Amino acid sequence: MIIVNLIGLVLIVVVVWWFWLYKVKTPDTASGEVIIKVENGVYEPALIRMHEGEKITLIFLRKDRSACSSVVQFDALELSEELPLDKTKSITLDSLDTGSYSFNCQMQMYKGKLIVEDKKNG
Amino acid sequence: MSDENSALQKLLIIENAACSSCVEKIERTLSNVPGVDHVSMNFAQKIVVITGTPNDDHLLNALESIGYTGHVADPNKHDVLTEQEHADTTYYKRLMKEAVIALSLGTPLMVYGLFIGEMTVSTNLQRSAWLIIGLLTLGIMYFAGKHFYVGAWKSFLNHSANMDTLIALGTGTAWIYSMTVVFIPDLIPAMARHVYFEATAMIIGLINLGLALEIKARGRTSAAIKRLIGLRPKTARVIRESDEVDIPIEAVELEDLVRVRPGEKIPVDGIVTDGSTAVDESMLTGEPMPVEKQIGDEVVAGTINKSGTFLFRATRVGTNTALSRIIEMVKRAQNSKPSIGRLADVISGYFVPVVMIVAILSALAWLNFGPEPAIAFAIVSATTVLIIACPCALGLATPMSVMVGVGKAAESGVLIRNGEALQTASKITAMILDKTGTITEGNPEVTEIIGTQDWNKNDILRLAASLETGSEHPLALSIVASAKSKDIPLGLVRDFHSITGRGVKGTVDNKTLLFGNEKLMREQSVTIESYVNEAQRMAAEAKTPMYLSVDGILAGIVSVADPVKSDSIAAIKRLQTNGIRVVMLTGDNRATAAAVAKKVGITEYFAEVLPEDKSNKVTELQAQGEIVGMTGDGINDAPALAKANVGFAIGTGTDVAIESADITLIRGSLHGLADAIAVSKATLRNIKQNLFGAFIYNIAGIPFAAGVLYPFFGLLLSPVIAGAAMAFSSLTVVSNANRLRFFKAAEH
Repeated sequence: MIIVNLIGLVLIVVVVWWFWLYKVKTPDTASGEVIIKVENGVYEPALIRMHEGEKITLIFLRKDRSACSSVVQFDALELSEELPLDKTKSITLDSLDTGSYSFNCQMQMYKGKLIVEDKKNG
Repeated sequence: MSDENSALQKLLIIENAACSSCVEKIERTLSNVPGVDHVSMNFAQKIVVITGTPNDDHLLNALESIGYTGHVADPNKHDVLTEQEHADTTYYKRLMKEAVIALSLGTPLMVYGLFIGEMTVSTNLQRSAWLIIGLLTLGIMYFAGKHFYVGAWKSFLNHSANMDTLIALGTGTAWIYSMTVVFIPDLIPAMARHVYFEATAMIIGLINLGLALEIKARGRTSAAIKRLIGLRPKTARVIRESDEVDIPIEAVELEDLVRVRPGEKIPVDGIVTDGSTAVDESMLTGEPMPVEKQIGDEVVAGTINKSGTFLFRATRVGTNTALSRIIEMVKRAQNSKPSIGRLADVISGYFVPVVMIVAILSALAWLNFGPEPAIAFAIVSATTVLIIACPCALGLATPMSVMVGVGKAAESGVLIRNGEALQTASKITAMILDKTGTITEGNPEVTEIIGTQDWNKNDILRLAASLETGSEHPLALSIVASAKSKDIPLGLVRDFHSITGRGVKGTVDNKTLLFGNEKLMREQSVTIESYVNEAQRMAAEAKTPMYLSVDGILAGIVSVADPVKSDSIAAIKRLQTNGIRVVMLTGDNRATAAAVAKKVGITEYFAEVLPEDKSNKVTELQAQGEIVGMTGDGINDAPALAKANVGFAIGTGTDVAIESADITLIRGSLHGLADAIAVSKATLRNIKQNLFGAFIYNIAGIPFAAGVLYPFFGLLLSPVIAGAAMAFSSLTVVSNANRLRFFKAAEH
């Protein structure tokens, strides 16, 4: 029984580490345009880095038919856009302050993050 | 549209034009295709309008040669909404098919387990039979549930978890346990050799069914925006080179002359240049009576020409028409969230991993403290916890209601800017109404002129009107209009000065004129004593008296009245009946303000308020603890509108100050205020019901699934029931939001 309990506790630790504590490898900073595929429950890429003061166009290409994937929202920017199926939808963001801007579907199942960094740190 | 004319225009939908720099490249390439006369691309809509008679394949080949793909659309049939509906219908059919496949195995298995035999593995024959059924279930998992597993795996790799994760883990656990029982029964105690293939198949079937029904229900939530989009006509009859030709709406250009016949929809916004008619604008304004249109009047896209044939000059086309801007605003508002939904967002962000931990803890609790067969109880409870938890209902609770509520408001001519405005409007306790143009028509007319001994009425009007030609004030416009209607020639004004809150000053015919209120006259030491009583009598009749002095001596009084809108009294009463403190603000004199306030049943008013002081009045009421709504015409009230908790801009017809206020009333009627507040309250109530339902469902459902009731009542939830509950929880939220579609503001 001790082994079973230990396995259970290890599983809990794995869940906590994998979903909350794991530091996702940060991608190179992007500029100009980034194509984000919306498919199979995830945004690809889900993490985008950019420099402060630059303009970026996020081009969402939705391949997933699920109802949830049909809207992307950036809560901090009070921005919400419908994503047409099998078509692109461009969202241009300009002059963002440094910080982290989450984007997600209405049900929070799809999740992504746009990280705006100070140029000096980038 | 004739065949000959339709051949002149083609619409090409570009599928992968991602940057605005593509426009020039695409236009240049397509214009070189044989038969093409003119190419114009709308990047926002990814539509290219091609004039000429090119071959479709040539166009597509040219497009492909520069790395783009697209398809030629029939200008009469192109409709983004139809495409979306088509996509939804296809997905709905696929989900239903998958649901039927899964349920066709799950249902007989469940019936067998409940009424006929035991789903246990004791003999070799049972092992073989369950092996076949296990493989069939695997087939179901692949054909009907593949999207859950792929989605779960992709999310897992991405360090995120979602509904797919829960379904995949729940059904996967049940299947793996069952296959372990079949293949290596010795690993499992004899009492626990139970298979759960029916749970896997039923859960996949029921969740697919729930998703399919949710798509149908979601379609209904966007009924209002569909109706608005449906108002857009697809073609317009324009005059080109003295011929009338039908062209796609996208090809109409500014300054085009457009012909509209009785019964037709007006294709773009414009000004009538020939003919007259009555136009039904109810679809945009909610105003049931047709509006008369003469030469010089504005007409709006999407409204219906009722009686005459007329010509108009296009002044706003494409995405700039009032209808397009309204559609865009409603869409944006429908997708925005009020703050009431934030907590649900935060919770659903952490929800899935928490549920996974609860499932593990539940299994451990059963294994440590549960009765035999503990492992079977552990598997059932863990699976049920994973399946019953539904983050979707939490996530959908707010946006679905906002979608329907904002759409419902738009149907009655109330444009709500965003979810936050909707939420705040539901809490308004005080409403400030600007007088001119809000309570009154805003089109004042000269009603009376009194001259002193040496002056006749026409001379007074001529001088006052000449002086007022320099002013934009509505009262000034009415005086100029009155002089013009009497064919009185106006003089030239020099040294014109506007004195805020007082009146105007200037020189006409080498005479120094002052025209304005009592304050102005007293400050400039003009003697008015013998006429003050007359002025007060006019003010008591809700007219605005203005004194005219010539070279420092009083010449007369011009009184102007602005009639109260026919339904202002009833609309204000509606607000008051709903417990809202109604306050009137006006720059007008105290006596006129009192007369208008009395007429419309307002007891609290502020007169002689300078435009810049309006926002201070808003602050004053806020300091008293009121949640303040401010209603104005959106022009000189902008600071007060911004200061108020909710700013209402009141437009008439199409003069929509969409960007300036939290809520815009397209129709001039003040009933829009009570409508907006009523629909906001109904929406907030709906959101609260949804959130309450979703929270209670998860808070009560998860412990129940984990088996907290078992020690007391011997009750443990079946994973199949949990699957059904999860499948229908989001459907319940969407359906509850749909109830808002039947909301009706009080009759007026």
